[in-house]
Amino acid sequence: MKRYIGIRIVYLLLTLFIITTATFFLMKALPGTPFDEEKLQQLPQEQRQMIYASYGLDKPVGVQYVNYLKNIVKGDLGTSFFYTGQPVKDIIMSRIGPSALIGLQAVLLGLAIGMILGIIAAYRHNSGWDYATMIIAVLGVSVPNFVLAALLQYFVGLKWGLLPVAFWESYPSSILPSIALCVGVIALIARFVRTEMLEVLEQDYVTTAKAKGLGFARIMFQHVIRNSLISVITILGPIVVNLLTGSLVIENIFGIPGIGSLFVDSIKMNDYSTIMGITIFYSAFYVFVMLIVDLLYGLVDPRIRLASGKE
Amino acid sequence: MTQMDNVDALFKPAAAKPDEREKISGKSLTAFQDSWRRLRQNKAAIVSLVILVIMLLLAIVGPWIGHHDYYSTDYNAVYQKPNADHWFGTDKFGRDQWARVWQGTRVSLLIAVLAAALDLVIGVAYGAISALFGGRVDNVMQRIVEILTGIPSLIIIILLMMVMKPGIVTIMVAMSITGWVNMARLVRAHIMKLKSQEFVLAARTLGTSTGRIITKHLIPNTIGIIVINTMFTIPSAIFTEAFLSFIGLGLQSPMSSLGVLINDGFASLNTQAYLLLYPSIVIVLIMVTFNILGDGLRDALDPRMRK
Amino acid sequence: MDNLLEVQDVQVSFFTYAGEVQAVRGVGFSLGRGETLAIVGESGSGKSVTSKSIMRLLAKSAKIKHGSIRFEGKDIASLPEKQMQDIRGRDISMIFQDPMTSLNPTMTIGKQITEVLKKHRKLGGAEANRRAVELLDQVGIPNPDKRLKQYPHQLSGGMRQRVVIAIALACNPKVLIADEPTTALDVTIQAQILELMKKLQQELDTSIVLITHDLGVVANMASRVAVMYAGKIVETGTVDEIFYEGKHPYTWGLLASMPKLHEKSEELTAIPGTPPDLSDPPKGCPFAARCPYAMEICHEYMPEYTEHSETHRAACWLQDSRAPKVQSPLAGGDRP
Repeated sequence: MKRYIGIRIVYLLLTLFIITTATFFLMKALPGTPFDEEKLQQLPQEQRQMIYASYGLDKPVGVQYVNYLKNIVKGDLGTSFFYTGQPVKDIIMSRIGPSALIGLQAVLLGLAIGMILGIIAAYRHNSGWDYATMIIAVLGVSVPNFVLAALLQYFVGLKWGLLPVAFWESYPSSILPSIALCVGVIALIARFVRTEMLEVLEQDYVTTAKAKGLGFARIMFQHVIRNSLISVITILGPIVVNLLTGSLVIENIFGIPGIGSLFVDSIKMNDYSTIMGITIFYSAFYVFVMLIVDLLYGLVDPRIRLASGKE
Repeated sequence: MTQMDNVDALFKPAAAKPDEREKISGKSLTAFQDSWRRLRQNKAAIVSLVILVIMLLLAIVGPWIGHHDYYSTDYNAVYQKPNADHWFGTDKFGRDQWARVWQGTRVSLLIAVLAAALDLVIGVAYGAISALFGGRVDNVMQRIVEILTGIPSLIIIILLMMVMKPGIVTIMVAMSITGWVNMARLVRAHIMKLKSQEFVLAARTLGTSTGRIITKHLIPNTIGIIVINTMFTIPSAIFTEAFLSFIGLGLQSPMSSLGVLINDGFASLNTQAYLLLYPSIVIVLIMVTFNILGDGLRDALDPRMRK
Repeated sequence: MDNLLEVQDVQVSFFTYAGEVQAVRGVGFSLGRGETLAIVGESGSGKSVTSKSIMRLLAKSAKIKHGSIRFEGKDIASLPEKQMQDIRGRDISMIFQDPMTSLNPTMTIGKQITEVLKKHRKLGGAEANRRAVELLDQVGIPNPDKRLKQYPHQLSGGMRQRVVIAIALACNPKVLIADEPTTALDVTIQAQILELMKKLQQELDTSIVLITHDLGVVANMASRVAVMYAGKIVETGTVDEIFYEGKHPYTWGLLASMPKLHEKSEELTAIPGTPPDLSDPPKGCPFAARCPYAMEICHEYMPEYTEHSETHRAACWLQDSRAPKVQSPLAGGDRP
């Protein structure tokens, strides 16, 4: 087990390394500069040099790279070009709140609803419930979340005036965005749980459980559902990706001051250091979640946890 | 005794009927025939197929059968609601939306299909080589894939889009650079599974050459997985293109793609909802039909679901 | 003769989208106290379906169309599910073929045993564990207290099957239905498991319905045998009657196809052909197409049972007085 963890961590670091390197060189390859070129050219040579130097842009690329890596290890993600002078790290930290709240709500809501739908659909295979769930699942992955967000905004927000549609004023501001974000999660989970459960219901040990005379509830909870849910852990990875990308759009539409909208703005403003910073942040987060998922799965499935061999 | 009379005569030996001994009542079907039959019974999949074909046809002929082309501006006809002349209305430059929507569909589908094709070529090659060679080669190739899957692909796509000049080719390339990994994993896993199955062992025992095993046994059984995966890659690519355009990294006006149209339409959501409505309906329909068809194909080709 | 289990004219069909498949077409047998009845037949003969229908464990697409199943005099074929649950595991238990998949991989052995005890015997936690350890010991598993906390994948195939038996016998049921309990095991382990079952049967006075296709197992364990073919029982009798005085050509075929160590013959005798398709069963005797003694009447009408003794009966037109006399090809065989 320890070896397993060790290997996963090595991969994590390797992946992060590759991402940061790729990000760095891609940023360097970008056409244009983050500065306002007109004004810059009006300055005398020395001052231009000074400005470059203050951002570390005067040194050769190789050196910049090494400095960059050193800084990252220290936790310093550079300073923003757009929000002049502000450390990227601080900017990110100040905007984590809204993103985290919406993300968490979306995950919990999505998990809960998705699992319930999936379980019922599998149990009532080929019934009305089943088809309804499958339809929701398909729509959930096919309707792009910006379309859904637009619809929610339009109907629930504007026409019916039930919930706030934009900006971050109070808790209710997070409701519509969370709903828009959780639909994708529901779709993924419902379909997955349904498939897993259908397979489990076919297994011999479920027949054995029935042959023991156990009641319906016990069979469902102890035998069927437990085994079906274990594998839900494996799709947490794609779900996280879903949320990350979704947040870019959702925060944009609903005007939420989160990391997603920061990312989109930085792209529009060519704020390289912020873009890099957020890329690293997202990647680290994703990789970290994958690590937790792997660990969790190893813990929860006794076949992996106790692969100590037979006697 | 029950109601049997005059049967004494029947107590003589019956003529042997060797065919009766081995009679099989059902019709024999090849794997493909059986799958096709199952797919046909899946009503949702058939309906999806029909809708998809209609969409494809419209995408091909749509821009030509309208009254206008997709890029000409007409400042006398801005922001028109759908009418007899402009079937889907016009945007703020007076451009005909009917033409733009179908032109956009063309472009989006083109990008998606080409990206999926690129995915397929790279992914299948990589996965197949990895699985067929096995051993060290496989090990190394798999380590690389594992690391690549650890990278959230959308981030890479976004970065790539920033670096390269916006255009159809760049979007395709960006999507394929990260997309092939999934196909490679699936193909490799599938071939590994097939390799170790007994029918391959049986073929070997009968003296079948490796080449023939690959062509007659491994490939036909893998086509299913490849097709199904492609069915799901396409909507994913359409979504990615739309998404990129939405955050400003994809195609730009006056070019038309579903993403561009949705982006433009979004800006005037309150006042000209139809600008967003039609491209949204088209994109949702395309994605839904591809997904349902993909699901249907997956169920139809799964031998376990054979009844 | 008060029988523990009386099955009469049971018909079970599966309703698939391809039509109705008549898996069991009028099966009847009885089981007394302490007896072991073996149900023998090829794959697809309907023996598993029969046993599952006794326990009412059939898939949703299957229906018991006709017949009665009486346990201790009461008809259980139409019992409400709740009451059936009381009977399962407590009065009638069942074990299945594959010990690898019969146990829940994510639940400890201990929990899987105590589940039954808690449900039927209402034992508390500590007591249930104690009893579970006793049971594991009884089925011959070393270090039973350590095993309680282990998971199925940590045990070998033979041990898993012992656990399965322990679970089935935990509440001392009157009837144990064993569906091919040794088919998935190595031959040496097979022998051990059979010995274990015989020992437990004596200790607990359990009646066993043993489903198998292996005549060797039948000879080892059974007191009576029912031979099934294409959804019907073609012959029933004691082990001796079936092995040495078999009256049905299918029985002869089965016995002849067993390889015998001491005889030196070049070929194995096989019964040519395959069983009929049960979505379209033949109207006459199901074995007629493959029977070397088939008469015209065999293809037209289903034979009825002829009683040869109190325990022995066979359904074959050869028994009819109008049929030519046929001698069993096994006549004069080695009888000790």
